[in-house]
Amino acid sequence: MTTQQNRLPKGGQINRSKSVKFSFDGKSYSGFEGDTLASALLANNVALMGRSFKYHRPRGCMTAGSEEPNAIVEMRTGARREPNTRATIAELYDGLEASSQNRSPSLKFDIQSVNQLLGPFLTAGFYYKTFMWPASFWEPIYEKIIRRSAGLGRAATEADPDTYEHAHDHCDVMVVGAGPAGLAAALSAGKTGARVIFVEEQSFAGGNLCFERDKIDGKPAGKWVAGAMAQLRKMDNVKVMMRTCLFGYYDHNVMAALERINDHVAVPPEHEPRQKMWTLRTKEVVVACGSQERPMVFDNNDMPGVMLSTAVRRFVDRFAAAPGKKIAICTNNDDAYETAALLKEKGIEVPVICDVREEASVAATQAMKNGLRVELGVLPARVHGWHRVSSLSMQRLDGSAFGSVDCNCVAVSGGHSADVHLASQTGAMPVWNEKLQSFVPGKPTRAERSAGASNGSFALADCLSEGHAAGHEAVKAAGVKAGKLSAAPKAEKVPFGSIKSVWRCPGDGKAFVDFQNDVTAKDIKLAEQEGYVSVEHTKRYTTLGMATDQGKTSNINGLAILAEARGLSIPEVGTTRFRPPYSPVAIGAFAGHERGKTFQPVRRTAMHRCHEKLGAVFVEAGQWLRPQYYPKPGEDIMEAIWRESDQVRKTVGMCDVSTLGKIEIFGDDAGEFLNRLYINGWKMLAPGKARYGLMLREDGYVFDDGTTSRLANDHFLMTTTTANAARVLAHMEHGSQVLWPELDVHFCSATEQWCGVAVAGPNSRKVLEDAFGDHVDVSDESLPFMGIKEFNWNGATARIFRISFSGERAFEVNVPWRYGEAMWNAIYDAGQNHGLIPYGTEALGVLRIEKGHVAGNELDGRTTADDMGLGKMMSTKKHFIGQPMAGREGMVAEGRAKLVGIKLTQGSGRLRGGAHIVESLNDTSSAASLGWVTSVADSPATGTWIALGYMKGGMSNKGKKMYAHYPLRNEAVEVEICSPHFFDPKGERHYG
Amino acid sequence: MHQINCPWCGKRDEAEFQYQGDASVTRPKPNASEEAFFNYVYMRENPKGWHTEWWHHVSGCRQWVKVVRNTATHEVHTTGKPHDKLSKPKAGGRK
Repeated sequence: MTTQQNRLPKGGQINRSKSVKFSFDGKSYSGFEGDTLASALLANNVALMGRSFKYHRPRGCMTAGSEEPNAIVEMRTGARREPNTRATIAELYDGLEASSQNRSPSLKFDIQSVNQLLGPFLTAGFYYKTFMWPASFWEPIYEKIIRRSAGLGRAATEADPDTYEHAHDHCDVMVVGAGPAGLAAALSAGKTGARVIFVEEQSFAGGNLCFERDKIDGKPAGKWVAGAMAQLRKMDNVKVMMRTCLFGYYDHNVMAALERINDHVAVPPEHEPRQKMWTLRTKEVVVACGSQERPMVFDNNDMPGVMLSTAVRRFVDRFAAAPGKKIAICTNNDDAYETAALLKEKGIEVPVICDVREEASVAATQAMKNGLRVELGVLPARVHGWHRVSSLSMQRLDGSAFGSVDCNCVAVSGGHSADVHLASQTGAMPVWNEKLQSFVPGKPTRAERSAGASNGSFALADCLSEGHAAGHEAVKAAGVKAGKLSAAPKAEKVPFGSIKSVWRCPGDGKAFVDFQNDVTAKDIKLAEQEGYVSVEHTKRYTTLGMATDQGKTSNINGLAILAEARGLSIPEVGTTRFRPPYSPVAIGAFAGHERGKTFQPVRRTAMHRCHEKLGAVFVEAGQWLRPQYYPKPGEDIMEAIWRESDQVRKTVGMCDVSTLGKIEIFGDDAGEFLNRLYINGWKMLAPGKARYGLMLREDGYVFDDGTTSRLANDHFLMTTTTANAARVLAHMEHGSQVLWPELDVHFCSATEQWCGVAVAGPNSRKVLEDAFGDHVDVSDESLPFMGIKEFNWNGATARIFRISFSGERAFEVNVPWRYGEAMWNAIYDAGQNHGLIPYGTEALGVLRIEKGHVAGNELDGRTTADDMGLGKMMSTKKHFIGQPMAGREGMVAEGRAKLVGIKLTQGSGRLRGGAHIVESLNDTSSAASLGWVTSVADSPATGTWIALGYMKGGMSNKGKKMYAHYPLRNEAVEVEICSPHFFDPKGERHYG
Repeated sequence: MHQINCPWCGKRDEAEFQYQGDASVTRPKPNASEEAFFNYVYMRENPKGWHTEWWHHVSGCRQWVKVVRNTATHEVHTTGKPHDKLSKPKAGGRK
């Protein structure tokens, strides 16, 4: 284990009494509690943390926060392996295992770094240009190469063992960001008693404050922050959410936030989630997200050791980790002088401060007085080194050389950009401020306001006063009594001085703009030369700002270089709009508990356990689980289906039909209501009778079908197909509430109130007589075909319907849901003397296909009643939904495909659903298709494969020999077109 | 996620509702022309701004709720029962 040779002897917010062991790329290190992975690595003098995306160049951390583009690592191993974690926000814990990305075989020696030598070829639009031709190479070859060489990290290949939660909360005022402005806002809002949610992405508050050097209310900033946080945590009306990234600002002031509850431990404690996704609804928002420092664009500016000045400051101030022993500073504004002063205090050598500005600012003069070497009008030219900075060459503004200094870290400041990300998500376009050289938030379009650095007010005193006022103002705007505004926290008034931007320091080497996506200044200029002049096009062509960091450190530099290349100003070029998420969010967090078995509810019928006991194989029908077939030992699916359907026609079978949609309809106008919904008439249906009904959509196509019974004059029971139950109910609600509120009709779904069993086959009456004969008369006289009866069965109301889907003599029995098992068992037991077997959905399908009954496969939303051979059902004596549109020219055209029967003529082979009907195998193109197969069955009743389908000309093709061509398997079989009524065409058996 | 004020249940989450399209069209009388029905079924305005539409409270009271919503900003101006006459604001906008 190496020692922490770069740890400063004093200071920092780390707990030196608690040592923490961790490993990086297999090597062990130690850090302290309170470290981030990046600060601990720096303390151990590890500057090389990753390889870049395209050129595989060595990279170290550039920032100390969530905007980090370089130090992207894989955390943990096995099922918990998580790629693309920023080392700068990953909190250190005992046993942390991290490894670098984009390198093979090792970080120090990477084979693909030869990509650098190919640099001239890997320029902007490289993928578009190179992998263009031939098109057939894309999927099998190019995509694989690109995926392998360009992937950012590897996701775990095993299922994630951790859980993720979703939660909601509401408040009056939300304050985003715990820097000085956010803290001041939360305090002033909290003191009013309003409900405040205070969100901070990091685990600690303070933002860019220098805890030791900055003074607030006369105290060191660190003390003030600790005091403010303690005060806020004491307030019952304030909810403090640390480690919570507010990543999305949505309509109606709904915010999405990700709380990293257990990312800072190896394994979450039992029953705790790793992360929690919050939906937060707030009346008012204070955006205090601070600012982001910009890198400077010069040759080799991506070398490990080149860091933002505020990052250097934060590592030294908060973590007592020195990023180097000799730190040169390059700046174009006053802020970096604070870094220089801190380093000097800490005894870290600052060999030079290069200031782009030619005139000495107040801060520069002060630094010179303090004995620091300040060079005015000087820019970085290039850094040198191997995996780490060893020296810095400087130049004057005109590009002439200005010597060099030895150093192992370069702190750069290309100015600050207000963090307008969240404000921009609301649609308020950011506005360029020339003096600040930064975009600032546009006029708010929502109930939000920005304060402090994210509003372009970079000076500490301004951050505090603005935040303080914004918190109070937000409370008032939320309609909560705010009282008088108290005095704001105070800091010394130090104006944020001038800034002089040189967007590309002269040079002809690789100068990076977007570090994560390896986009150089040259790439942007090339894109401009090739005509990609719109900022949106440049972004997509060069991939500038499109990496996981969303270009936080690169957008402004990229935009400015594009503007220069076009000879325009930055506002003339404009900016791209920011979109959620602010930083990457794991898919698992979005899924929450909705995964695996809890993705959606499973609906089981009341008889589910009976099916299980009988060895049923289940099939999903929407959310329902239905028995598909009940195999006997040694039987395969086809054999079981054949046996079940054959047995029903020979003796008797029973089938769970509980999943059919059931709607109970009451009211004096119930008959009239059904008349308007169905194409056929209902008013004349006598109580105690059932009828088959067909509904159309308003556009005239078939919507749904089912059997509806009249239980009393003002009481009907409608059944719908399983799949359409919810849609039919909504359709009826539209009818009764919107179209015809004058009708006296009330209805509700009863699908889960009544369960049902169909008993079908020649012996069905005998079975029911044995099961229910003591309670109800099921003789033909008492219960003829399409008759229904209600009876009392051991205290429960039961209904029996003489209806048939199989074409056999058949009944359907309904009882209240909780009696389902009892009913199943009663029928099953009674059936044992009559050869009864249970049958599943497959046999149900075979039986109805043999009878030519249409079902879901035939009701595909493009068929008319006439296409299905049911045109005659359409009443001409009444108006119903879909009637006017069903008569349109195209709906009644001669050439429409209509329902036909199809049977296999040859002894071998089979039919397949989805096959196309063609006249000849010489032309099987889609243009030659005459129709298609919808449902197929290996039919015991006919002894062959049969099918239903639609064909141009319908039954006029009867007797013709055709081919059913199935292109997916390149199969074709000869078929004959026939009547869809394959079995018992006269319908004698269901009476018999 | 939006909130929609159901006239029966009060303010509820958008997730409880199902969008059901344009509420400004009225079903023609049964004896109306085929063209009138064609327009009713197929012809829709696609406005940027205020729009009267149906939101069916499927996971609540199951009533069809009329909603005046801004298609550009998603702001909900007002809601009502199916036969309420709801006014649209003159200008778009949101706070």
